[in-house]
Amino acid sequence: MTFRSALAALAALGLVAATLPASAVTIRYANQGDLKALDPYTLNETTTIAHLGHVYEGLTKRDKDLSIKPALAERWETPEPNRWRFHLRKGVKFSDGTPFTADDVVFSAERVRATGSNFATRLPPDAKVIKVDETTVDIVTDKPNPILNYQFDGWYIMSKAWAEKNGAVAPTPAAATTPSYASLNAMGTGPFTIESHQPGVRTVFKKNAGYWGKMEGNVDEIVFTPIANDSTRVSALLSGEVDIIEPVPLQDIARVNGTANAQVLTGPETRTIFLGMDQVRDELVNSNVKGKNPFKDPRVREAFYKAIDVDVIKSRVMRNLSTPSALMIAPEYFKLSKDFTRPKADPEGAKKLLAAAGYADGFEVGMNCPSDRYVNDGDICRAVIGMLARVGVKVNPIIEPKAQYFAKVLKSGGFNTSFYLLGWTPSTGDSHNVLFEIMGCRGRNGASRGDTNLGGYCNPKVDDLTDQILTETDQAKRDAMIKQAYEIGNADYGYIPLHQQSLAWGISKKMKVAQRGDNQIRFEWVTKE
Amino acid sequence: MATDVTPDLATAPRPAPVPAVKAPSLLARALDSDLWHSFKRSKLAVVAAIGTLVFLLAALLANLAPQDPFDPAQLELLNSRIPPLWSAEGQAPFLLGTDDQGRDILSAILHGLRVSIIVGGLGVLFSASLGITLGLVAGYVGGAVDAAIMRVADVQLTFPAILIALLVDGVAKSISGGQMSSGAILGVLVLSIGLSFWVQYARTVRSSVMVEKNKDYVAAARLIGLSSPKIMLRHVLPNAIGPVFAIATINFALAIITEATLSFLGSGMPDTQPSLGTLIRIGNRYLFSGEWWIAAFPGLTLALLVLAVNLLGDWLRDALNPRLS
Amino acid sequence: MIAFLVRRVIQAVGVFLAVGIIAFSMFRFVGDPVNQIVSIDTPYEERVKLRASLGLDDPIPLQIARYIGRAATGDFGISYQFRQPVSALFAERLPATLELAFCASVFAMVFGIVLGVVAALRRGTALAGTLETVSLLGISLPTFLIGILLIYVFSETLRWLPSFGRGDVVRIGGWTTGFLTWSGLKALVLPSITLGLFQMTLVMRLVRAEMLEVLRTDYIRFARARGLKTRAIHFGHALKNTLIPVITIAGLQLGSVIAFSIITETVFQWPGMGFLFLQAVQNVDIPIMAAYLLLVAFIFVVINLSVDLLYTAVDPRITISGGRAT
Repeated sequence: MTFRSALAALAALGLVAATLPASAVTIRYANQGDLKALDPYTLNETTTIAHLGHVYEGLTKRDKDLSIKPALAERWETPEPNRWRFHLRKGVKFSDGTPFTADDVVFSAERVRATGSNFATRLPPDAKVIKVDETTVDIVTDKPNPILNYQFDGWYIMSKAWAEKNGAVAPTPAAATTPSYASLNAMGTGPFTIESHQPGVRTVFKKNAGYWGKMEGNVDEIVFTPIANDSTRVSALLSGEVDIIEPVPLQDIARVNGTANAQVLTGPETRTIFLGMDQVRDELVNSNVKGKNPFKDPRVREAFYKAIDVDVIKSRVMRNLSTPSALMIAPEYFKLSKDFTRPKADPEGAKKLLAAAGYADGFEVGMNCPSDRYVNDGDICRAVIGMLARVGVKVNPIIEPKAQYFAKVLKSGGFNTSFYLLGWTPSTGDSHNVLFEIMGCRGRNGASRGDTNLGGYCNPKVDDLTDQILTETDQAKRDAMIKQAYEIGNADYGYIPLHQQSLAWGISKKMKVAQRGDNQIRFEWVTKE
Repeated sequence: MATDVTPDLATAPRPAPVPAVKAPSLLARALDSDLWHSFKRSKLAVVAAIGTLVFLLAALLANLAPQDPFDPAQLELLNSRIPPLWSAEGQAPFLLGTDDQGRDILSAILHGLRVSIIVGGLGVLFSASLGITLGLVAGYVGGAVDAAIMRVADVQLTFPAILIALLVDGVAKSISGGQMSSGAILGVLVLSIGLSFWVQYARTVRSSVMVEKNKDYVAAARLIGLSSPKIMLRHVLPNAIGPVFAIATINFALAIITEATLSFLGSGMPDTQPSLGTLIRIGNRYLFSGEWWIAAFPGLTLALLVLAVNLLGDWLRDALNPRLS
Repeated sequence: MIAFLVRRVIQAVGVFLAVGIIAFSMFRFVGDPVNQIVSIDTPYEERVKLRASLGLDDPIPLQIARYIGRAATGDFGISYQFRQPVSALFAERLPATLELAFCASVFAMVFGIVLGVVAALRRGTALAGTLETVSLLGISLPTFLIGILLIYVFSETLRWLPSFGRGDVVRIGGWTTGFLTWSGLKALVLPSITLGLFQMTLVMRLVRAEMLEVLRTDYIRFARARGLKTRAIHFGHALKNTLIPVITIAGLQLGSVIAFSIITETVFQWPGMGFLFLQAVQNVDIPIMAAYLLLVAFIFVVINLSVDLLYTAVDPRITISGGRAT
């Protein structure tokens, strides 16, 4: 037995040594989250989309500065306001060798909107996708839609032939009871292919030799491991076991930068963290105020706004890695953001407002907060609780893991919250998404409007503007309307925007990485010595 | 919350003697004096006892701490992450520095110590009462009752302590909608820790009851018409109490560590009313990023407390074992 | 004997049923799995459909019945997080946990026995006192802190041992092993120590106590009187007698070692069952949670049964009847 196992060990070692070409560049990458589904229409989640973006591509892609660039579509135009024409790139092949054609786009358009897809909103339901010829596709909508292609970078094009051959024509629903071929395999036109995938353990990507584009980086292989524990992930980077980690906990940034072999790449993220207040119920669910809802009084909302010092949160909780925000959207996604400034904290003014509203002695309210969703989310909430305590409001923390938190506060949980912290990145990269989902009156003319407006802030003027913004094709006019909508929201103190958090990628000093604000690590741009 | 429980403190860490008090026989007194004798001879035991006492006293006097770490209005975020007083950036009055919320570490330790001791003490009290009762009944009654209780004990063992605690905690949290008062969380912790440890008491008591119950004195007691509960409590139990006492001491230490572990898994005391374990969990993120004091001092306190209690338990176990004197 | 086995099997089925029922009644409180399955901007209608398709709106008894019906045929469902069959995930993860538990137990036994013997034979000396005190440190700090400290010292600072994962594994049939590669062996060291430290302290204390008892028995005194060498007495007779209860306890502890691996595996990103379970709890992955609990129950039933059978084999005075053979 021992002799045999020794032999086997030797053989195994030999095998490992033999399969590694001397010059191959391997990147070992550890993320807090995992690649959770291989079917590109199963799970709308950043880490998963980012990983699959190495294998699959959309008609468009986003560049390092998030601007929209041609990908599988070489160029596009709008011959009529309702008609978008996409000219597909010629000579592109899927990694199994079959050519990419208009049929694949039409197929993917159906598949992405079929039952079970989590990406149905990437393409409006009324959009008709028409094959003009082998390399031209028209998309026709009922009404003009200036932001039609804003989400196309995350709508990955699949091979019709491959899906049909493997019985994967229907998207794999998140709640699939049997695994489909597409949920265990991935095959696209992207710069990499998946060599092996062990969920939760290890995924290996290999360079796609037949990739149509030019690779900026020199990566031949990516070995991805999820490492959930913060300290372990940082140790793995510092010990040189991995080359890149995401995220680096804020408190470890100085430590990583202090070492000779690794550094932290920081930059603004496009997610906005904000506080919301229940403005719908006549009596709050978690409060000692009975018979009325203090948050219906704008003075109380303003008092909360003024009691919270985002600069102290920035310096103490976020270790200066946050951008205090006056808006519910990141500056990257709205040009006129610079016209807004956030008023300074004013606890005395807050006390006066509370007194004027009839709460001179403050009141009690519960606060729902996730503890494992956003950067230092629980700490931000505890800081907010301390600041409100100083103006006399007793906030009872309901700080929970995201599983329990979201089960309560979302629509499916009956919006069971009085006061909460949430983060939001518009998946379109456009304000309309924020104004519709977060700031829109719940259910008003449009069933899904305000579905994520957990506090139910409502001002019909905002809704009217939102509807005009959707179809306005003049960029300057559109921006002015967006600005007006945000001004109304701010004057109502409907929400308390806090900040945009920062990205923190820990990388080996041997690497060059381009950091994109949506927190997607793209390995085709990575170079390693 | 913590103040509500303060009166229990004196009894909390020493739960087991309750039944022992009911047997004030000469024998017990002699045992006591033997114990005292052996105690005086063991330097380690004396040190451990003094250590334990110091910790109990500190927990009792937590209210005298410079800050009430459970009151958010007393925390100033601008005072967060100040190093201990003796380092260059130290600031009075924060002797051991502050944590990420501006909480004075010394005050947090004192209050956390109290929470940990209460959880451990009540946990042991609960598991010992449950285990002793079931063990007595199983051993004395025997037959189907015995088989049933011991089968339940087996099933209980099927779920290791930490799993039981995780599940009980999860259910309690969700039933309450995540809005449990810290008192309720404490109760849940006591319940889940107690539920995981009772089997050991039950098995120990049961086996010694099985040995004792066929002895002549029990038969005699029965003959003179003493009721079964009386016989069990007055005559059978005192003979089993030695090992129970030793188990209880060690379990007290185990319970405190279990609470700390649960805290790591997110099921311990909330961050706003931390136990020692919660403090360590909060601080362990900062252990190597320069702010070592946030975890190190609570960790040291926990280790010393558990060490002292364990040493005391060890000594007690040896001293109560007649064959080892 | 056969009657005994049959009874035990029936009891085991009862245990499984109880575990299943308890588990399922608890699951609906852990959170809403739908939120973990889809992204936050998923429309409400889609969520409702998803809930229904998962059968989460059915009454609990129906859910239990359906689950047990499927489980009986070996179908444990599809993991919500990974979209893979639970049985395949378990097959992948089980070897990792068992190898870790094995190494941790071996570490605990070897060091526990050696230290325990030394502490017993040198009772009352400074050496024994130091050993006993130091060994207590292993149970005086929470496991996660010990793991993090070990990683800091041995991975990050000294760079001797890996901080996460299993290293390279070799696949033999359905089993993956880390025993056959250098990196696999290195990866086992820190997690095994972290996981085994607690057990080591227990074993050491047990060995010391048992050893002290045995050394006082007449039989050892006779051996001494017969003029046997001290070494022969200590190791040939005393230790041998000590080991039976120690091994029994260690066997019984195997279940808690596996349970405690939840923490060790989380700290070391060990791709085993414990970590899988914790992630399942965090993500409300009901199929994994249910199957894990059943597996733990199964392991314990097997351990209890083997201990009972071993007792009869070792000690002919014990006859197996209805109750526990202790």
